[in-house]
Amino acid sequence: MKNLNSIFAAYMIGWGVFFLFFASVVKRTSDLRSEIERLKKNISNEK
Amino acid sequence: MIRRILFAAVAVGLVACAAYAAFYVAPEERTMGAIQRIFYLHASSGWAGETTFFFCFVANLLYIWRRKPQYDWLGVTCAEVGVAFITVVLLTGPIWAKPVWGIWWTWDARLTSTFVLWILYICYLLLRTLLDEPERRALLSALFGVFAFIDVPIVFGAIRWWRTQHPAPVIMGGEGSGLDPAMRKVFFFNVLAMHILALFFIAERYLLEKSKHDAELLRREAEAR
Repeated sequence: MKNLNSIFAAYMIGWGVFFLFFASVVKRTSDLRSEIERLKKNISNEK
Repeated sequence: MIRRILFAAVAVGLVACAAYAAFYVAPEERTMGAIQRIFYLHASSGWAGETTFFFCFVANLLYIWRRKPQYDWLGVTCAEVGVAFITVVLLTGPIWAKPVWGIWWTWDARLTSTFVLWILYICYLLLRTLLDEPERRALLSALFGVFAFIDVPIVFGAIRWWRTQHPAPVIMGGEGSGLDPAMRKVFFFNVLAMHILALFFIAERYLLEKSKHDAELLRREAEAR
């Protein structure tokens, strides 16, 4: 198969972008969840 | 949680099957050879990105009309997912173009309008970071989102109205255009896989936006004490 490197690069880059995007969503969501837990704890401690 | 994992498995499974079909089921194109197989990832990502921007446009209009924060969350969600898909389009296109055209990039109508589309939605996302007040941020970005969507039909029409460097359309291209039936099936399977992947990303990204709202409410409550 001619140009196999180019095809491989295109698919790896494409999937790489999707993976990085999903990883960033997961990271931001988990950071926010920890912050929500922390805030809930602070509020309940102050009650 | 189980539903989310199942959705992820279906989306990833479909994308893997679509890649397999692009490599092993689709016949080899006569003039370009194997490099044409990039088309299945490139074009289907473009279609999914533009569908996502359409959802963003509808959410923006609904926000302007109804002023419900959920429409704002959906708008920013779809804009971000659409940018991811159009990034794939802009990166895979040059990899195909170099061996076929001999150049990575040219300021052709389709390429330029797609690049402008990407820039417009990056601006949409940047605009949101500049405004602190939630209602003002939601309204201004919704208005900007409606404006940005004008470029989507231009991207669609660019290869129909102006015949420059980009290949002519093979789907909805009128007389003399079209794909080999086997290629067509593989292409539409790829389109389906990319749309399912986009829907999965939208569902996950929307949860993040909802969590942001919950965190903001708790922050205000903590500050008020």
